[in-house]
Amino acid sequence: MAFFISILQVINNLLLPVFEELTQKLEGVFKKLRGQGKINEANVAESLREVRRVLLDADVNYKVVKQFIEDVQKRSVGQEVLTSITPGQLIVKIIFDELVKLMGTAQVEMRYASIPPTIIMVAGLQGSGKTTFCAKLANHLKSKGRYPMLVAADVYRPAAIDQLEMLGKQIQVPVVAERGRGAVEIAVDSIDKARKAARDVLIIDTAGRMHIDEEMMREVETIKTKISPHEILFVVDSMTGQDAVNTAKAFHDKLNFDGVVLTKLDGDTRGGAAISIRAVVSKPIKFVGVGEKLDALEIFHPDRMATRILGMGDIVSFVEKAQERYDEQKAKKLEEKIRKSQFTFEDFLDQLHEIKKMGSLQQLMSMIPGMNRLPSNVTLDDKALVGVEAVIQSMTREERQKPQIINGERRKRIATGSGTSIQEVNKVLKQFSEMQRMMKTFSKGKMPRMLRGMQVPK
Amino acid sequence: MGFFDKFKLSRLKEGLTKTRENIFGKIQKILSGKTKIDDEVIDKIEEILIGGDVGVSTTLMIIDDIRKRVKAEGFENPEDLDRLLREEILKILSNGTDNNTNPFTLPVSHKPHVIMIVGVNGVGKTTTIGKLAYNYRNAGKKVLIAAADTFRAAANEQLEIWAKRAGVEIIQQTQGADPAAVAYDGLNSAISHKSDLLIIDTAGRLHTKINLMEELKKIKRVLQKLDPEAPHEVYLVVDASTGQNAIQQAKQFTAAVGISGLVLTKLDGTAKGGVILAINQELQIPVKYIGVGEKIDDLQPFDRKAFVEALFEK
Repeated sequence: MAFFISILQVINNLLLPVFEELTQKLEGVFKKLRGQGKINEANVAESLREVRRVLLDADVNYKVVKQFIEDVQKRSVGQEVLTSITPGQLIVKIIFDELVKLMGTAQVEMRYASIPPTIIMVAGLQGSGKTTFCAKLANHLKSKGRYPMLVAADVYRPAAIDQLEMLGKQIQVPVVAERGRGAVEIAVDSIDKARKAARDVLIIDTAGRMHIDEEMMREVETIKTKISPHEILFVVDSMTGQDAVNTAKAFHDKLNFDGVVLTKLDGDTRGGAAISIRAVVSKPIKFVGVGEKLDALEIFHPDRMATRILGMGDIVSFVEKAQERYDEQKAKKLEEKIRKSQFTFEDFLDQLHEIKKMGSLQQLMSMIPGMNRLPSNVTLDDKALVGVEAVIQSMTREERQKPQIINGERRKRIATGSGTSIQEVNKVLKQFSEMQRMMKTFSKGKMPRMLRGMQVPK
Repeated sequence: MGFFDKFKLSRLKEGLTKTRENIFGKIQKILSGKTKIDDEVIDKIEEILIGGDVGVSTTLMIIDDIRKRVKAEGFENPEDLDRLLREEILKILSNGTDNNTNPFTLPVSHKPHVIMIVGVNGVGKTTTIGKLAYNYRNAGKKVLIAAADTFRAAANEQLEIWAKRAGVEIIQQTQGADPAAVAYDGLNSAISHKSDLLIIDTAGRLHTKINLMEELKKIKRVLQKLDPEAPHEVYLVVDASTGQNAIQQAKQFTAAVGISGLVLTKLDGTAKGGVILAINQELQIPVKYIGVGEKIDDLQPFDRKAFVEALFEK
């Protein structure tokens, strides 16, 4: 955690805190409305224009946004603005709540058959990530004590059967892989195979298909009719744009699926498709895919998703990334130091190296949705870090540990040594003392300002 | 069953014609008798453009430009406005996008010509490579494919099938091998066998994965040891159903390895792929090809006019 805080501090010194972008925009709109006790139609309209823009940028469907804005408007008008929060915060809260409501409550359990095997059928467009998801689901169920079996019913894509077979081997789950037969036959016969092999869950990977391909849609419908799955999951790429409503609706009309799987959420997409799909088919999102490794499957959190879509940043993923890259023991030592107020320039240098390991600042920022739209006057320059590093490296060991001894003479020497200027040396020293001060506050249990700012008003 | 299906199919077609007529009809109706652009017209244009994944910024820019032109030139009837709209969009697309009239030729200045294919997961890289190889081979070129997606299970097998269909040679190693090594091998082999074209497949990767983007840079570096000009082209494959995230993809892949062209796949669905307008606007990367199906000949050179036409359809 300490590491995370200090990264944030470094970043904070380099750019504006844009986490609160939407709230700030709304604050601007509402500034002139202070003192008006209620939200009314006139004053809500302007702020909702901002919200509309944010949602459209996040790829929520145009018509869904229109409807959503109308609903929020109706709900907001007449609401008392409490003195404890600003009207802008209230609007954001209403929107946030509505989004969460729209996406449904957290994970809905899967239906299991009273007489095994439970049949799960997986369908979707090409390239949405069905095959990988099937393997992840099998792996997940296996860890829950079930005995899954995978069925390769994608007989069209070259090597799709090989792919599922290889994935099955990796997680040690048996795979029904029959070449030269039709998808419907394979699926139907697999039920008996599962019974004979005493497997209690059957996961059927169907071929990717375009929702307007009548023949292929008929095939998937036939599979459904013939095997009566207990659960049909529709897999959709979280980067999908406006067309998400069309595909979801077409698949739903044919299959009446039970749940949605949102894949590739480990990228920086805002994932507005989640809202669009919920709005047109009202089926729960049950799983999200967050990586290519076979354990990278998570249950869906509507609140996290709403935060992400509103561009407030999926801060959780950011922290996870930082943790993933950071040495646990080092982090503990660092925390200890911070607690005892012994954080030195040596540690700071260490941190800079860690940040570098994570990639460029630009890339780091791209992990945080919403950060992509930084104001143009903010430059994300890795050179800024290089300068800081050079300054620290030009300090003696003693200076790094006791920066208070750095007098005018020493500053001059450091500036020359690092090829920077005295002003820059001063800037680094100032940053460092600010960082120390902030860490002290943190170690006393107070949250730094920036972290508070990132939270959604509840 | 048979009758029912036929019934439904015709219903669907009917439905499609209906929507098409509706939107055109609506524009006509909204515009009739008007000589200036009002909110209703703007709303309609917005709905079409944003609904086609063009994105808010680019849509607003287009509308702004049209407003200016209408102010300067005026318009008499809906057809005029329609023409203005198309012209403005074509203007954005002409930023680097040529009409690619002779798509499967190669420069004579060097040999082999090296094309590297990159993109996020599931966009259709491998399929695109199969189609590219087939078309170039048909144009009489000697083509070699290097299977540098050594990560995904069965990626090798999939590409091998495509190579066979296209009738071209393929260089591959085992799953888990260093992709840069496969690319190097590929170029080496292409040079010694005097191939005209080397196409390098790479693993799908999200543009936010730092390590994987570094891996891509390494592939490029290693190729340059054999030929400082290689790869001569880097194509980013973009799924037409992708929303605004495609802009980030284009930015990050450009930053890593420099993208020289786009391939827009899966245009045979209902998605419009309008996000390429925003990409063109910001990065001036031309669209080279479009993918319109799973068959080997379902790859076409990009045609700006047809693309704009499709944007306004349905």
